Amino acid sequence: MKKNNFFTNMFSRQMRGRTTSFLIVIIAYAVLQTMIGTGSLTRLFTSLLVPICAYIVAAIGLNMNVGFSGELNLGQAGFMAVGGFTAAIVSGMLATAVPNEILRLFIAIICGSAMSALFGLLISIPVLKLQGDYLAIVTLAFGQILMSVVTNLYVGVDAAGLHFSFVTNNITLGEGGTMLISGPMGATGISKISTFTAGIVLILVSLLIVYHLIYSKEGRAIQACRDNRIAAETVGINVSRTKTLAFVVSACLAGAAGALYVLNYTSVVATKFDFNTSILILVYVVLGGLGNMTGTIVATTLLVALPEMLRFLSTYRMLIYAIVLIVMMLVTNNEKLKTMLQKMKNKSNKNKEETAE
Amino acid sequence: MAFLSYLISGLGLGSVYAIIALGYSMVYGIAKMLNFAHGDIIMVGAYVAFYMLSSFGMPVIPAVLVSIVVCLVLGVAIEKLAYKPLRQASSLSVLITAIGVSYFLQNGALLLWGADTKIFPNALPQGSLDIGGLSVSYLSMITIAVNIIIMILLTLFINKTKTGRAMRACSEDKGAATLMGINVNRIISITFAIGSGLAAIAAVLLVSSYPSVYPTLGSMPGIKAFTAAVFGGIGSIPGAFLGGLLLGIIEIFARAYISTQLSDAIVFAVLIVVLLIKPTGLLGKKINEKV
Amino acid sequence: MNYKSFMKGGMAALMAMSLAACSSSTGTTTTTSSSSAAAGGTIKIGSSGPLTGDAAVYGKAVANAAALAVEEINAQGGQQYEFKAEDDQADAEKAVTAYNNLVDWGMQVSLGTVTSGAGQAVSPLYKEDGIFALTPSASSTGVIFKDMADSSTAYGNVFQMCFTDPNQGSASATYLSTHTNLGTKIGVIYRSDDNYSTGINTTFTAKAKELGLDIVSSQTFQNGATDFSVQVKQLAAAGADVIFMPIYYQPATLILQEAKKQGVKATFFGCDGMDGILSQDGFDATLAEGLYMLTPFSADSTDTKTAAFVKAYKAKYNETPNQFAADAYDAIYAIAQGVKAGSVTSSMKAKEITDVLVKQFTSMTFNGVTGSNVTWKATGEVSKDPRAIVVKSGAYVSAE
Repeated sequence: MKKNNFFTNMFSRQMRGRTTSFLIVIIAYAVLQTMIGTGSLTRLFTSLLVPICAYIVAAIGLNMNVGFSGELNLGQAGFMAVGGFTAAIVSGMLATAVPNEILRLFIAIICGSAMSALFGLLISIPVLKLQGDYLAIVTLAFGQILMSVVTNLYVGVDAAGLHFSFVTNNITLGEGGTMLISGPMGATGISKISTFTAGIVLILVSLLIVYHLIYSKEGRAIQACRDNRIAAETVGINVSRTKTLAFVVSACLAGAAGALYVLNYTSVVATKFDFNTSILILVYVVLGGLGNMTGTIVATTLLVALPEMLRFLSTYRMLIYAIVLIVMMLVTNNEKLKTMLQKMKNKSNKNKEETAE
Repeated sequence: MAFLSYLISGLGLGSVYAIIALGYSMVYGIAKMLNFAHGDIIMVGAYVAFYMLSSFGMPVIPAVLVSIVVCLVLGVAIEKLAYKPLRQASSLSVLITAIGVSYFLQNGALLLWGADTKIFPNALPQGSLDIGGLSVSYLSMITIAVNIIIMILLTLFINKTKTGRAMRACSEDKGAATLMGINVNRIISITFAIGSGLAAIAAVLLVSSYPSVYPTLGSMPGIKAFTAAVFGGIGSIPGAFLGGLLLGIIEIFARAYISTQLSDAIVFAVLIVVLLIKPTGLLGKKINEKV
Repeated sequence: MNYKSFMKGGMAALMAMSLAACSSSTGTTTTTSSSSAAAGGTIKIGSSGPLTGDAAVYGKAVANAAALAVEEINAQGGQQYEFKAEDDQADAEKAVTAYNNLVDWGMQVSLGTVTSGAGQAVSPLYKEDGIFALTPSASSTGVIFKDMADSSTAYGNVFQMCFTDPNQGSASATYLSTHTNLGTKIGVIYRSDDNYSTGINTTFTAKAKELGLDIVSSQTFQNGATDFSVQVKQLAAAGADVIFMPIYYQPATLILQEAKKQGVKATFFGCDGMDGILSQDGFDATLAEGLYMLTPFSADSTDTKTAAFVKAYKAKYNETPNQFAADAYDAIYAIAQGVKAGSVTSSMKAKEITDVLVKQFTSMTFNGVTGSNVTWKATGEVSKDPRAIVVKSGAYVSAE
C-alpha cells in the first residue's frame, strides 16, 4: 500500500499542478531576492520585476475567463485601468493620512480590485447574455469604453475632498490641492509604493483564490458549463451565477494587477490600457496553456522579458519577437511533438503504477 | 440639411469599413478564424499600390491589380506557414498566431519602407457631385459601387460555382466535407486568397479616401472591421456590408451630435445595445445548439 | 506536470539566468568614438525614443540627428562621445526599462526621452540617480516639474531643448492677437487623448480668453482617427477664419485635405509638431500653402548653421530633417558645449557631471539650429525666440 502522507498528497497528480505553481513563485522570489541583495541583478531586470508580477496577476485572472469559463475576454486591460486609477486616487488621497507605504499600498490594491470587481459585476450582466465571438466583441467594446472614460476623467484632491470633472477640466483646487488624474495626461505625481515583495504576495494570493474557485463546487460547475452548457443546465447548475462569479473574480484580479502596476510609476496614461494590452495578456494566457496557471506564470515572465532581452537586436527587435511568438505557437501546437510527449508521459505513468504495486 | 450631409459622410466612411469587413467576414465564415492580420494585409496592399503609382508611374487599374496579386500571394503564404499547421488546434491558438503575424507585418513594413507617413496620390477621381446643396464625393460613390459589385460577385460565386459550394460545405462541417471528397486544405487556401485579394481592393479605397500610408495603418481599420462584421452578423456577407455602413453612420452622428471626445465610446455602446437586442448581430443566423 | 510548462519553465529559467547574469548589455545603435581607444576615454550619452510603433518617425529622427551630431563632434577631436538610442515605443513602462538598460550600459549623461508621456515616468529616476538629462522634444511640464502645474517643484537636473507645451500655447495666442490679419474668429482642433496637444490647447484657450480673442469652435479627435468631416464641417459652420491646430503633421494633412474637399477657406496655424509636413513622400505642397507654424526650426532657412545641418543630415539619411531632429542635434551640441566649458572628464561619476552641467546650462548661451541666444532657466525650461514660419510655394519661409 502506498503511504498516504503529506508529501505524497502534495505531489499527487491532482495537487501537483497547484503545488508546482506555488513552488515556482516562492523559489523565484527567493532566488531573485538574494540576487538583488548581492547586487548581481541588472537594473534592467530589477525594473521588470513589478510589471511582470502585475501582468501575471492579470493573466491569471484572464485564465479564469478564457481557460475555465471558455469565454474570450478582450477587455481585461479596461479592468486594469479601473483598478489602477482607483488605486492612484486612493493612494493620493491617503498620502498624508497613511504615511506607511506598505499599508497604503495594501489599501489601494483592495480599493482598486473592489472597484474593478464592481465594474465587472455590472458589465457581466450584458456580456454573459452573449456567446462566442459576440461575447468577445462586447468585452472589447467595454474595454475601449472604460479606457475612453478614464482618458477624459479629471480628479483632484484638496482640503475640501475629492473633485471630479469629465471631458473638460472645471476643477479649481483649494490651497495645497493636487490633481491626481488629469485627463489625457493620465495619473500624475503618483508616489511609487509598489514593491516586488508585494507583487509576489499578490501572485500567491491570486493563485489561492483561483485554485480555491477551480477546485470547488463552483469551479467544477464552471468547467461543466464550458464543456457542455446545455448538459450543465439540465443537471441543474445555475449557469449564469457561476459564470458571473468567474467574470467578477477575473475583473477583480485585473484591478489588483492594475493597482500594483500604476503605483509602480510616477505617471501613467489611460491609453496604456488599450486593446493592444488586452491582446498581449491574452497571448500570455494562451501560450501558457488554457487553465494552466503555472504555464501562465512562466509564459508571462518569458514574453514580458523577451523584448527587453532582445534590445541588442536594435531595429530588428520587434520583428524577431513576432517571429519567436509565431514559432512558439507552432511548436506548442505541433501534433507530432504532442503525441511523442504523450507517449513518454504514458510510459512514465505505467512505470509508476508498476513500481507502486 | 446638416443631418443629410452628415448622413452622406457617414455612408462614405461606412462604405470603407464595409469593404474591409467583407474580406474579414468571408474568411471567418468559411475558415472559422479571426484573421487579425487582415488589417495589416491591407497595409501591405496600400504600400504596394503607393509604390506602383508613384515610383513606377503606373495607371490605376494595373497598380490595383499588382496590389491584388501581391496581397493574394502574401495571404496564401501566411496561411500555409502560420495557420495551416494549427488547423487541428483550438481557434484561440490560431488567433494568437494571427496576432504574431500582425506584429511581423507591421515591423517588417517599418523596416522596409520607413516610419514616415507617405501620402497616397490622387489616383481615383477626387471631386464631388452637388445635388441641391449637398455634395456627395465621387470616391464615396465608387466605394459603395465596388462594395455592391463585390457582394454580388461573392454571393454568386458561393452559391453557383462548384468551388463556392465546396466553401459553404467546409464552413458547415469540415469533416463531412472531406468525406464528400472536398480538398479542405485547398478550399481554405482559396478562401484566404480571395480574402486577401479583397483586402487589396479595400486598401486602395481606404487610402484614396484617407491618404496617409504608414506601417500601423491597418490596426484601427482591423478593429473597426471586426466590429462591423460582428455587428452585421459574423459570416454573413450582406451583414458585413450593412454592419460597416451602420458603423460609419453611427460614428459620424455620435461625433456630430454628441461629443467629439467620446464618439468611439458611444459607437461601442451602441454596438453593445444592438447585440443585446439581437445577440447574433443584425443579419446573423441564430446558432442552434445540438445537444 | 505537463511537457508544455516544463519546456517553458526550462526556457524561462535559462533566459532569466542569462538576463540576470549579464550585468552589462550590448549596444543598440551605438556610435563609438572615431579613435578606437578604450571605452574609458568616452563620455556615454543615452537616449530613448519610439523606434518602433506609431510614433517611430520621431524616435528615429532624434536617434539619427543625435548620432550625426556625435559623429561630427568626435571627428573634431577633443572629448569623445559614445551614443546609444534605445526603443521605448513612446510607452512609460518601456521607457523605464530602456532607461535602466542604459544605466547598466554606463550612461553618464542622458538625452532624455522623445515623448512626454514616457518622459514623465522617467524624470524621477534621473533625480534618484543624479543623472543630467536634456530632452530634445518631451515638452510637457511634467517632464521637468514633479507637479506639472507648479514650477517650484522642478527637478533641477532635467532640461528641455524644446518649448514647454504651455509656453507654445500662450505664444500662439499672443501671435494670433498681434497678427489679426490671419483671422479674428478662431477655431481649434486638437487631439484630446494626447499629452502634447491637450497641454498646448489648455494654455492657448486660457491666454486667448485673457487677451479677449474669440474662439468660435473647439473640435477634437483621438488616436487613429482618419475621418475629419464632422470636425471640419462644424468649424466652417461656426465661421472660423483661422484654425489653430496644436497637433502633429500626419493628422494635419488629413484635416487640410478635408478642408480643401469641403471648400473651407481659412488660415491654418500649428505649433512645432507641424514641422515635417512638406517632406512627406507624395505630399502635395499646395495643400499646405499659407499654413503657419510656430516652430524654432525651418529646414529651408538660409542661415549657415541650419543649411550645413540639413545638408549633412540629407547626405547621411536621405531625407530632410524635421524639428525633432534639429532639437536633438542642438541638444548634443549643447551638452558638448557644457562639457567643454565645465571641463568634464569621462572618469567623472554621473552625479559630479550633473552638478557641473547644471551650473553650465543655467549660465551659458547656446547658438544652434533651433535658435540663437538660447538660455535655460534653473527650472529646466528653455528660453529661445519662437519663430513663426509660413509655407509659401512648397517651402518654409519666415513669417516675421
